Amino acid sequence: MSIIEIEGLTKSYQVYQKKEGLLASFSGLFRRDYREVQAVRGIDLSVEQGEFVAFLGPNGAGKTTTLKLLSGVITPSGGTARVMGHVPWKRENEYRRRFALVMGQKNQLWWDLPAQESFLLHQQIYRIDPEQFRRTRDELVDLLAVRRLLGQPVRELSLGERMKMELIAALLHSPDVLFLDEPTIGLDVVAQHNIQKFLKHYQNLRNITILLTSHYMKDIAALCRRVVIIAQGQIIYDGSLSGIVDRFSSHKVLTLLFADSKMPSDLARFGDVLEVAEPKVTLKVDRHVIADVLSSILANYTLQDVSVEDPPLEEVIADVFSLSYNEVTGQEAAQVVTSPSNQ
Amino acid sequence: MYARALTWWTILRICLEERLVYRGDFALGTLMRFLPIVTQIFLWAAVFAAVRAGEGGSDATIAGYHYQDFVAYYLLTMVSRAFSSMPGLASGIARQIREGEIKKYLIQPIDMISFMLLSRVAHKLVYYGVALGPFALVFFLLRSYFPGWPEPEIFLAFVASLIMSFLLGFFLEATIGMIGFWFLEVSSLLFVYMLFSFFFSGHMFPLDMLPQPWSTVVMLIPLQYLAYFPAAVFLGKITGDALVFGLLVQLGWLIAMIVACRLAYHFGTRRYSGYGG
Repeated sequence: MSIIEIEGLTKSYQVYQKKEGLLASFSGLFRRDYREVQAVRGIDLSVEQGEFVAFLGPNGAGKTTTLKLLSGVITPSGGTARVMGHVPWKRENEYRRRFALVMGQKNQLWWDLPAQESFLLHQQIYRIDPEQFRRTRDELVDLLAVRRLLGQPVRELSLGERMKMELIAALLHSPDVLFLDEPTIGLDVVAQHNIQKFLKHYQNLRNITILLTSHYMKDIAALCRRVVIIAQGQIIYDGSLSGIVDRFSSHKVLTLLFADSKMPSDLARFGDVLEVAEPKVTLKVDRHVIADVLSSILANYTLQDVSVEDPPLEEVIADVFSLSYNEVTGQEAAQVVTSPSNQ
Repeated sequence: MYARALTWWTILRICLEERLVYRGDFALGTLMRFLPIVTQIFLWAAVFAAVRAGEGGSDATIAGYHYQDFVAYYLLTMVSRAFSSMPGLASGIARQIREGEIKKYLIQPIDMISFMLLSRVAHKLVYYGVALGPFALVFFLLRSYFPGWPEPEIFLAFVASLIMSFLLGFFLEATIGMIGFWFLEVSSLLFVYMLFSFFFSGHMFPLDMLPQPWSTVVMLIPLQYLAYFPAAVFLGKITGDALVFGLLVQLGWLIAMIVACRLAYHFGTRRYSGYGG
């Protein structure tokens, strides 16, 4: 049985649409326009114990909403979800003792007190055995190299140090499932790398299940074997990171280095010309005709070197995101509804 | 049970530590609360001086209150309000809802209302710790204005009414804060509540001075239990069956507000949209 099972999960919001100007503000007291935003639209997903899954998607795609649903912060409009056999939004203590949610932009630690005080509070809230607590805390503190910062008020820590403390607080009760929402947002490359290294090590060590959202491809490439792309609140891809290119890229990048400077005059007939720096040419060629194009060139010209590559992953993902963004904005324009004021 | 008590103690201890971080601001804020009561006493001194001058006598009364009674009443409402006032509670809850900080209570195995109650107990304990000296000094200096210590059972009733006034104040304001689940911003609502509370809790004047229909209005709402009722009990104005009835009504209001607060939290979290990322 999967540790996370989601079927037809849906979440929609009514968002108030305020028009510009003072007059509109007054009329808004009596009558308001609402737009229905479908943040998550019928997601089906199952995750096995020990998987490290990345949620990828443009802003507003529904990634964070899905994590909020799975951690019981919000209640869905429809569908079902079970995490370790629990319905998250019932918020049973038995469930809440077995998972953790870390949000990159939200602080769960006590701002004015040293992190060690928050850790002690977590020990009591999660009812962690004192010996177990000391062992886990020391292990995490050493892994993240923050022992000297334990007595310093959280407000005086850097963003990277705070995130390390957040992770320790989240892992003290040894959760079986960890939800990470952009844990490296705003961090410099060194801090990002440290967090990645820690997460990879910890996941290998404990074999816990982790769902991660991030906009940093390096996070995802370093940590996750499985990637789920969410766009417009729907899953449009579920597979490996490298598989994204096969699935969404319709072309390959062909680089030719001509041997005797004799280059074809009409390069455009082979594909889109990306760059010409004689005797080197880079072309974007439809992947279905790449073999024909290559054999035609080889038959007529002498080449010193040739390479056929997939386009960069970031580029493919950016194309997927922008495509889904255009579709969403097109649909949203048609979804404005008017309803009586109730807020 | 032991584990739960230990959890509560840890929460209380950490809340106490947090309250003590900004000690200078806290001490100043606590001492400044004595200022309004001093102005009230001077105001009524002037009123009584005018009444005496008009009547030509030396023992003027207003609605049955001598000047000394007023001073004693104000000092006692200051004690009641030290228990029942909840600065920043409702607005704090609404802000946490609006900015998404409330998430941490939803994902951790902890009851948010109990947590906030303990946090407020810590807040009050630190406040009493700082204010005890000045309170004792003021009461000592003005001891002649009091009729004397009440009977033990009256004093016990006074303490019970103070504890209930603390809880009633907490659940009233927490419920207003929970309305933030629907309105996000509760400052206007809070302003209305404060305004009513100012007049109908007995903070401005003893409520038994009020004529009809206001005295009936006061009887029908719970605000008198935040300031007037405990002070009136201490001064021996409510005794016998009326005292027992008053304490029971206060308890009834407390239970009603606990239920209202729980319901608002239950339905509020169901409609909560997880604002703030």
